[in-house]
Amino acid sequence: MAVTREALRQLAGIEQRPGWLSALADFIRRRPLGTIGAAIVLAMVFAALGAGFIAPYDPLETDYGAMLAAPDAAHWLGTDAFGRDVLSRVIYGSRTALTVGLGASLLGASLGSLIGVASAYFGGRTDLVVQRVMDVFFAFPVIILALAVVAVLGTGAGNVILAIAIPMVPRCARVVRSSALAVREMPYIDAARAEGFGSLRIILRHMLPNVMAPILIMATAFLGEAILLEASLSFLGLGVQEPTAAWGLMLRGAAVQFAESAPWMAIFPGLAISLGVFGFNLFGDSLRDALDPRLRTQ
Amino acid sequence: MASYILKRLAAMVPTLLGVAVLIFLLLRVVPGDVVEARYLTQGSQFQSQELMNQERQKLGLDQPLWRQFATWMAGLARLDFGLSMWTSSPISEEIKLRFALSLQLALMASTIATLLAIPLGILAAVKQDTWVDYAVRVFSIAGLATPSFWLGILMILVMLTVFKWMPPVVFTPIWVNPWDNLAQLIWPALAVGYRYSAVGTRMMRSAMLEVLREDYIRTARAKGLRLKLILTRHALKNAILPVLTVISLEFAFLLGGLVVTEQVFNLNGLGMLFVEAISRRDYTLTQALVMLVATVFLLVNLAVDIAYAWLDPRIRYR
Repeated sequence: MAVTREALRQLAGIEQRPGWLSALADFIRRRPLGTIGAAIVLAMVFAALGAGFIAPYDPLETDYGAMLAAPDAAHWLGTDAFGRDVLSRVIYGSRTALTVGLGASLLGASLGSLIGVASAYFGGRTDLVVQRVMDVFFAFPVIILALAVVAVLGTGAGNVILAIAIPMVPRCARVVRSSALAVREMPYIDAARAEGFGSLRIILRHMLPNVMAPILIMATAFLGEAILLEASLSFLGLGVQEPTAAWGLMLRGAAVQFAESAPWMAIFPGLAISLGVFGFNLFGDSLRDALDPRLRTQ
Repeated sequence: MASYILKRLAAMVPTLLGVAVLIFLLLRVVPGDVVEARYLTQGSQFQSQELMNQERQKLGLDQPLWRQFATWMAGLARLDFGLSMWTSSPISEEIKLRFALSLQLALMASTIATLLAIPLGILAAVKQDTWVDYAVRVFSIAGLATPSFWLGILMILVMLTVFKWMPPVVFTPIWVNPWDNLAQLIWPALAVGYRYSAVGTRMMRSAMLEVLREDYIRTARAKGLRLKLILTRHALKNAILPVLTVISLEFAFLLGGLVVTEQVFNLNGLGMLFVEAISRRDYTLTQALVMLVATVFLLVNLAVDIAYAWLDPRIRYR
């Protein structure tokens, strides 16, 4: 594979790929918005991994002496109706957001791309049936489908991941299928078939790697959306449950009730959601531009 | 043309049937039913298992699944949604006012999205890679990233603290009192419209960039046409189709999918009704709502395709 690529590159007169450090510098110089996005994403990952060290308080620790306290030196972003530190809960909330976001988009993208590639590979009647089933899922608003899944499975982080992943499957499947249709016509697929390889092997080893770019693009686009959906479900009380620190959950109930007297409860978790999704969208956009020359906005 | 529309309408039937089967089974998989849900909220009414079973019999829940499905389908074929299992009143009555609210909100939000997306997208494309372009892109990506329910909370917060004013809480249909109606609905429409403008703006920008590189634009420039005229007469007409598609397809989802925004603004729309219906295990009402939204989605899809062919004669129906 590597040799072929090398040869192709020489044939096409494309220069050798530069080292990763200069590639990084190039990315920063050429895509300032993408760099900002990547920085936000990195900060979020950092906050999620190091929450135990960064957060000044235990996110679940209640302090009835400091209920609804305004932001000050002790509590930078104030406290909530149970006297829990808002900053600590926002930091720990990035864990929930990233876990659910990554889990759901990985699950949704891998299931969707598998279905999409298989549908394109088998073609004919299988393809038709799969496409009709996807049409059915398409006719549901995403949040309604997610709500229905939560109603069946119950709440909690694991089920929320599934509930968010399922509406994403048909969308990913459709995009990947259209790329896979082109790949199916490639001579190397015929060669693999002539070689006597099984369908599963051809799908997994020969087709999937060649539609990786659209899959990666869909997955990053999903990430931001998954974080938003998790926040929405938690906000409705149908996602992650108390007392877990989750951004959507923090905006629920008391945050609205005391919005006037304690606005910090409503402002900061929402800011965290927006910033996180903003980062992922900016980063995803630049990634798409870099990966898919056809979509490049010149 | 007529045969094309008929063919498309016929193709909707299997999809809708699939939706019907899916939601029917999904609801029956959910643990508990309407009788149990009611028992939990008003414990005194159904004390014994016997009474609960009687109630189930009355609602037809003791029937085999295929018969329940057949009864529902027979009703749908006559456009009769049946009675709500929870309130026992006709579903069409339950839905009517809420549908009016959701429809108006969806229309207003789509209008706002269009009004934002088209000029911003054009601006970003014309001023490509300048600070204007970057500002528009940041504005629209921020719109995508901001949950509309949080934007709603902030709006209410600002209105309360700065203007000491609260939008009306009770829904008045626009034909009763347009002023009260708009004073209530404009805020959620703005919050949602901003969010949905983002996709349109980006679409407008990229479509415009593509069109601006076409030969006929160069010709128009070469013959000395003013930029404004080139943009509105030549470029916009060719670039606007995908934008309208995106916005109208989202319109269908705005109709039933604004669950969270409705919650924040205390609106009794279809989204809230859906959440209520599902938590009460009101099978008939949930099914009716899902079918309604799915039908609207498919019809909008069809309308977009027809509009496409009508606006662009190069596209032929197949």
